[in-house]
Parts: sequence; C-alpha cells; structure tokens
Amino acid sequence: MYQFDYHRAQTVAEAAELLAANDENTLLAGGQTLIPTLKQRLAMPAKLIDIGNIADLNFIKAEGDAITIGAATKHADVAASPDVAKHLPALAHLAAHIGDPAVRNRGTIGGSLANNDPAADYPAAALGLDAKIHTNKRLIDADPYFTGMFETALEDDEIITEVTFPHPEKAAYVKFPNPASRYAMVGVFVAKTPIDIRVAVTGAGANGVFRVKEMEDALSSNWSPDAVTGIKVPEDDLLSDLHGAADYRSHLISVMAGRAVAATM
Amino acid sequence: MALVSMTVNGKPVSGEVEGRTLLVQFIRENLSLTGTHVGCDTSQCGACVIHMDGKAVKACTMLALQAEGSAITTIEGLAKGDDLHPVQKAFKENHGLQCGFCTPGMIMTAVDMIDRIPNLDEETVRAELEGNICRCTGYQNIVKSILDAAETTPA
Repeated sequence: MYQFDYHRAQTVAEAAELLAANDENTLLAGGQTLIPTLKQRLAMPAKLIDIGNIADLNFIKAEGDAITIGAATKHADVAASPDVAKHLPALAHLAAHIGDPAVRNRGTIGGSLANNDPAADYPAAALGLDAKIHTNKRLIDADPYFTGMFETALEDDEIITEVTFPHPEKAAYVKFPNPASRYAMVGVFVAKTPIDIRVAVTGAGANGVFRVKEMEDALSSNWSPDAVTGIKVPEDDLLSDLHGAADYRSHLISVMAGRAVAATM
Repeated sequence: MALVSMTVNGKPVSGEVEGRTLLVQFIRENLSLTGTHVGCDTSQCGACVIHMDGKAVKACTMLALQAEGSAITTIEGLAKGDDLHPVQKAFKENHGLQCGFCTPGMIMTAVDMIDRIPNLDEETVRAELEGNICRCTGYQNIVKSILDAAETTPA
C-alpha cells in the first residue's frame, strides 16, 4: 500500500468537510473492497476518512411501508435483522450470501452501492426495489443513480447516508456465484412493488447493473417463471471474460430470472 | 505515525503504527502474537480470522487504526492456561488439521459460528466455512471437529 493518513470521522458533516478539502481524500466504510484495492496499489488516497463508526449511519429502521438502512450498516446486521426478515426477506437472503461470514461482519451497504462493482449484490436489490439513495446533499432514485461500471451519480464530495427500500408485494434474489470467487456471475432480483414490476441483473452487464424491460413487461401479464425463461438478453452489452462468455451469461440471466420468480411463488 | 490502543486477549495494548499498517501486522509484529496467520493476504483464505468485539473478521483486511478502542481475541486468547478451548480440543481429537497453517483461522471462525448458530448441521458448517481455505484436509475432519465441538458446547 502507498502511504496515507487515516482519520476516524465522528459525524457525516466532519467527513464531508474532509472529503471536500482534497480531491485525493477517500471515504472508508467497511474496507472489504477498498483495502484489497489499496494493497494492489490501484488507489493512492492522501487521507482515508473512516465513516464506519458514525452512529447516525448504523441503523435499520422499519417505518410505514418501507425499511431504511444506514449506509455504514454491515451485511451481517441486515441479514440478521428481524425487521428485514419480516418485510423484505429477499434482502435478508441477499445480505446473508455476500462474500463470507467475516466479510459480512465488515462490509457495508453504503460501500457496496458507492463502489457499484459490476458483480456486487446490493446494486441489484436497490435497482430491483426502486430504492431511494439518501446522501448528505439530496435523494437519488435508483434508476439515475447507477450510471455505469464502478460509476454512480454521486459527486466527488457526496456521502451516502441511508437507503430506503419500499416493502414489495413479492421479491426474490437468485445468483449464480462464480465457483472460485463466489462473486455473482449473474444475479437477478425480481420484485413486484405496489407501483411496478422490476427485474434487475447484476454480474453480467458491461455497464454494471441493469433492468430487463422485456422481462418486466412479460411478468406484468403473467407472473410465472415461464414468462421470463424464454427471454434472452442480447449479448452485445454483456460482460465476456475468463469467467464466462456473453452468450453463457445471457443464458444464465434467463435461468436465474426464472428461478427468482419461482422463489416468490 | 499514529498511536493505536485496543484490548487484545483481555490485555490493554498500544503502539505506534502507520495509517497503512494492517491489523494483522500490528498483532504479529508489534505484539508478537504470531498465531494469527497471513495466508493469501487477499481476504480469501481466512488464516487471519480474529474476533473484534465478538465478531469474526479478517485481520488482513482491516487497518490497525480501524480497531482503535476495540476488544480483540486472537487464537492465543482461547485456551485458559493449559486447558484448551473446547473447539481447540475438538480439532485435536478429530485430527482437524494436517499442516496447521489454516487452523488458527478455522478455529476462530468455528468458535464464532458455534456461538451464533444453534443446532449446527454439516451443510451449515460447510457454508459457514466459505471464507476459510484449507489445502490439506479436504475439510472432512475440520467439519467433523466443528460438529463435535458444537455438540459438546453448552448453548
């Protein structure tokens, strides 16, 4: 790792001030992606601003017909939350299958969404459930939030503070993990909310997480696995790498989408 | 350099570290507690698993300064004098190790899973070992050791 300074922020305002003070300053939440990145010398921050211990960012709140989760909440806490299990079991299941138990004790929902790794799980849930991403500056809808691989609508000095997920009528997430890394080769989140039907795919898109409109339309008239398993996502915009070619990923999307719909029935 | 303080195996400790000093480096090099191993250094193998405030974490994927003020338990903190921890005893009795390199992490992960999950079965143990890699045993005796320890540990 290159040398850097470490600062533990006590409040979001303090973190925001430090973040704005220098372009080379970076936020640290759980560090389960950032620390490996630093080890590979792929990043050279001047200062790491640790927001992992800020109390205002560590909570799970069930209110009305939504659940709001603080940005620094650990995957293990989401997986173990009775509120999440009751209202959003698909999200509890997703959180319980990120990485491994030790990683889940450190990794955070805000970190996952801010990093927007193309194979991360949380982006599929946020896009699939039409989550609202709250920052220290504004509220961003999931659709405009995800702008590309490792890219988001966040500005350089913007900090995610919490994420609000509406209770869906039905929802499920099924992923096909890479047998070695266990990252999603393809993960599909399907949800029927009071407003619309959504199908979000992670692991496969060359531009990160994306929705499959054709599957959403098909599910609107017929909520069954058969409605989606015959729909193929074009290979052009899919990842093709040593883990799997685009046609393989396209096939996996149809299969995982079918399994996700089946899991809601 | 910055000063970091924490409790390790019940004892208050502190030391001067760089921002980039990993927790596992602090434990091994500053405190000379070399039971916690560095296997892959890429958060995959789990040889560095310790407990921070009662939760299993990978000490190679944390900065020492992130552990400021926390209570750490390493493999050296499990036994009471000459009395092995029940999980250590189970690994010994069930031949749960061959070369032993992964064992500290396996045992710290096992203690955490036994604490957290009642009525462990084989499938759950194997799933919970996702983040711990052993290159000798084929996991058979590790799983057997953990199930044995889980049975003999009072809930």
